[in-house]
Amino acid sequence: MLAVVDLKKSFLTPDGDRAEIVNVAAFSLAAGEHLALRGESGSGKTTFLNLMAGILAADSGRVTIDGVEMTALSEPARDRLRADKLGYIFQTFNLLQGYTVLENVLLGMSFGPRGADRDHARQTLQRVGLGHRLDHFPGQLSTGQQQRVAVARALANRPRLVLADEPTGNLDRKHAREALALIREVCSEVGAAMLLVSHDEEVLAQFERRQDFAALNTPAALASGGAGSGRAQP
Amino acid sequence: MTLPLIIYRSLRQHALSTLVTAGGIALACGLLMTVWVVKTQSQTTFTQTTSGFDAVVGARGSKLQLVLNAIFHLEASPGNVSAPDFEQVRRMPMVKTAIPIAVGDNLRGYRIVGTIPALFETVEYAPGRKFAVQAGGKLFALDGREAVAGSFAAERLGLKVGDRFNPFHGLAFDAQNKHDDEFVVTGILEPTNTPADRVIWIPLRGVQMMAGHDPKAANDISAILVQLRSQAAGPMLDLMFNKQGNRLTFAWPVAAIIAELFGKIAWFDQVLALVAYLVALVAAGSVLASIYNSMNARRRDLAILRALGARRRTIFGAVVAEAACIGALGSAVGFGIYFGLLTGVASVIRAQTGVVLDTAAGHPVLWICPLAMIALCALGGVVPAFKAYRTPVAETLAPVS
Repeated sequence: MLAVVDLKKSFLTPDGDRAEIVNVAAFSLAAGEHLALRGESGSGKTTFLNLMAGILAADSGRVTIDGVEMTALSEPARDRLRADKLGYIFQTFNLLQGYTVLENVLLGMSFGPRGADRDHARQTLQRVGLGHRLDHFPGQLSTGQQQRVAVARALANRPRLVLADEPTGNLDRKHAREALALIREVCSEVGAAMLLVSHDEEVLAQFERRQDFAALNTPAALASGGAGSGRAQP
Repeated sequence: MTLPLIIYRSLRQHALSTLVTAGGIALACGLLMTVWVVKTQSQTTFTQTTSGFDAVVGARGSKLQLVLNAIFHLEASPGNVSAPDFEQVRRMPMVKTAIPIAVGDNLRGYRIVGTIPALFETVEYAPGRKFAVQAGGKLFALDGREAVAGSFAAERLGLKVGDRFNPFHGLAFDAQNKHDDEFVVTGILEPTNTPADRVIWIPLRGVQMMAGHDPKAANDISAILVQLRSQAAGPMLDLMFNKQGNRLTFAWPVAAIIAELFGKIAWFDQVLALVAYLVALVAAGSVLASIYNSMNARRRDLAILRALGARRRTIFGAVVAEAACIGALGSAVGFGIYFGLLTGVASVIRAQTGVVLDTAAGHPVLWICPLAMIALCALGGVVPAFKAYRTPVAETLAPVS
């Protein structure tokens, strides 16, 4: 489902130095498999997920998703692949505040191959327990409910791979456990593989397969000067 | 569904700036359409308003003044025409009809014109249309102290059949200059949508013999309204009166003389159009500024949409389409402003000249202007759209962990 080979990404720091953030020699994930990556804040795991999602372009290396080499694609083609095959759950949910719950999910679907299917969006929201909140705006929901909307949005398009970046980071323990169980349950229902990154041991403990991102990612030391794009992230 | 939803929500989220910007566009669009339609409508209507006559003969002077005085009842008469001159014109073989008119008095600002009943009985003020007196009234007698009121004047003055009035001397109303002669209203004319609607018509002798008027001019008239037997007669009479003669002016053709008037005031149209263009440009600029300024607040939404799979061109298109929608909204409201302004201008023109503009008539500017405004606004949306297009997704959504 997901294969990464010699993936590298660096950024130019404000000092003009080039900082390598991601350097992953090999990584893979089978179809339907759920894997948790353990990583501290600032370790580059979000950049890694963004490279998987095609939101960032790699400096070198290959990312293959469901047989398609993401890194060889143009930006529009990466956008299309992301919309077709990926679901992304952000730590801060990244819900569109000016849109209703239903519209948030519909928009998540509308860029994919099936388009905005209102009935399916409703069903997905009912599945995560928000069938009665379709016309509410995110600001009118609790944090836990917002998390559920983010889950519904990521999964409504029946993705092949779900990327979850600290998905429970803003929730208390009880809600975090519930949210994680829900994400895994729905991922299993739609047959999606799942790659979760977190630094929370309690979250990580719920996964059968875990891996240390620090062992996986071996960025080179700072190099002076050089051209590049983007900026260093904390 | 995606694009309309993104546009709708964005417009809703920035409702105040959307409304203010659309208001500016509405004003620009309304002004532009009004200026154009009033300009073309008034030019068309005025040049078609000949009251059924081909020419006007009057004292030596300006042709335009003569036409404005005799056809539109606006200007002062350039001078008098003697009875023998009138007879000479009337007997010319090339002249089919010669109707004398005499002016110089008013009733509370509405002009009193002396003429003969033949004007109402034989002349078609428009093809196939003759003057008609409303039910219950009749034309004035040739030598009576009687009057027939134009429909607009009667309405404004509250005149009805049987009412009596004393004319006031001069073309401008002055309560001090009241004549002793008393006239009785015998009829009200059906509306004609011509300057005749603003006139109180009395017998020619009524004006000529009015107490207080100069007895030496008792047989003079102000102008002769002329119908020619053929258009070929026009150049011949023009040569005879204007080039070879030195006593009378032959104002022909009436439509061309009025067109000259519009030529003289074309600068005014240009100034109005220039103002409207500037307002349109400012409105388009305000669309640019409004959307551009909101970009910082919208960067996160745009980045989220991109992260969900929206392509750069989708984001670019959404912002341009949003700007176009503001233009469309403004143009739609602009039609309301246009109809309001046009109705107001048309009623002022009717009150001042008796000429009625066709406010329902179509004009290419009514679709060109809204489309141009939408295009201009879309163009104004390109700069912020480019900014949206370049929104860096990962950087905008960071920090996420």
